[in-house]
Amino acid sequence: MRKYAHMVWMGLVFRTRELSTSRWFMLGAVIQPVIFATIAFYLFRAGGEPGTLLYAALGAGMMGIWSSTLFGSGGALQWNRWQGTLELLIAAPAPFILVLLPLTLATSVTGAYALAATVFWGRLFFGVPLHFVHPAAFVLAVPVAVIALGLMGLLMGSSFILYRNANALSNLLEYPVWVATGLLFPVALLPGWVGPISWLLAPTWGIEAIRHAALGGSVWFPLGICAGVGLIYFALAAAVLRVFERAARNRATLSLS
Amino acid sequence: MKTWLRIFFVGSAISYRALFNWISPYMYIPTMLGSPLFQILFFTYLGRYAHTGHGDAFFVVGNAVQVCGMSSVYGMTMSVANERQFSTLGPLLASPGSRSAIFLGRGLPVLANGLVVSGFGFVVGRLLTNFHPALRVVPALALIVLATTASCTAFGMLLGSIGLRGKDFFFAANLAYYLLLLFCGVNIPLSVLPDWMAAIGRCLPLTHGIMAAREIAGGARLGDVSGLLWTELGIAVAYAAVGYVFFRVLEISSRRSAVLDSL
Repeated sequence: MRKYAHMVWMGLVFRTRELSTSRWFMLGAVIQPVIFATIAFYLFRAGGEPGTLLYAALGAGMMGIWSSTLFGSGGALQWNRWQGTLELLIAAPAPFILVLLPLTLATSVTGAYALAATVFWGRLFFGVPLHFVHPAAFVLAVPVAVIALGLMGLLMGSSFILYRNANALSNLLEYPVWVATGLLFPVALLPGWVGPISWLLAPTWGIEAIRHAALGGSVWFPLGICAGVGLIYFALAAAVLRVFERAARNRATLSLS
Repeated sequence: MKTWLRIFFVGSAISYRALFNWISPYMYIPTMLGSPLFQILFFTYLGRYAHTGHGDAFFVVGNAVQVCGMSSVYGMTMSVANERQFSTLGPLLASPGSRSAIFLGRGLPVLANGLVVSGFGFVVGRLLTNFHPALRVVPALALIVLATTASCTAFGMLLGSIGLRGKDFFFAANLAYYLLLLFCGVNIPLSVLPDWMAAIGRCLPLTHGIMAAREIAGGARLGDVSGLLWTELGIAVAYAAVGYVFFRVLEISSRRSAVLDSL
């Protein structure tokens, strides 16, 4: 157990450092969220509701975490496939799910730069007030949301093992999750059938917990659901990965890109 | 002239098929149609929630025009810069073919694709939001979108030319795509932006085209927006010319320093 925890931790540190040196990831994790935050700031300001600027900063930050997780986790297996290391990782004695876990967690951890960037940007250039109603809960809510998104990435990464055009799916899924999880506007604005879908997605609960911690409201319920949904993703990812890995071995398609 | 036209039309079609052979329907539909669809919905709902006072048409038109950049900026950048990635740049530039036909021809399929993406954006905007332009404005709107896609393609040509030498050309294309979203009045009117941002926006593709498209969608006649349309076309010509000059300069300097194929 201890050696697996060590392996996951070392993998997480290594991969986070690696991603932090990638300009590509920094674009997704810092520049893109700041651009979206700026658009949201101007729109909310034009609407005459300056109180919503922190709402927008947090939402745009979470958008960045999702983008980073989506592209990083969706491509985690594909990159290993292209580099010829996927077979080696699968053949390693450690359970493959624990090999994949730090790769996807690192993408959401790197994405957390987005939250810092949008809040800092909002404070510096738009005078966003940084008065957190529950600062301690905010400090707890952010890592829980980040880990839950990393586990969501694990589920995606696991599902993408058989899908050769995973990057196309990643391109498609960025905006829909931003829309369906209420990151910049409430889900209540959308048609009613979107609501139940949003409940299955960790960013919905993560942003609710973070916003309630910052702006006031119940933190523990959405935070608990966020953690619970994350654990369900992990269990599903383990099951999916076992099935898909076996199928890929049977068809001898593991390394085909 | 006949050879020039052959390289321009046939060469562009062949090169597009070769450079984008990885685009299957599984890749095209999610990336080129799915993503723009949700971009339009995202900003339309954001606009509604922010109570900006603009109707859905403002956001649908802005984003439906801007999504042509998905093809024009990325596609054009890749059309030029990928020759180096695929190691075909050397043979291409060793050929005696007209550089202007090679360079400008690359824009043709990209332009056509941009029009499809933008047209799709308008259709889904019409079907899914409160955007209901009169049928009579469609031809004028199509003309505006054509001009705007052309200027976006010319902008992509410039980025692609830089990609002949720059290593992170796709990073630059990505950054440019998102900056267009911010600077060109796609979702925020230029009057709301700080003066320096509005000034930059006026020098970029899309800005005047989007303004013209909004007026046309609101019922204006083509003659009412001719100034905006000509400005957009002028910007297209300027970017294409600067892109071509860059292409030639970088080609010559790459030959001189023997870095044509270096990655």
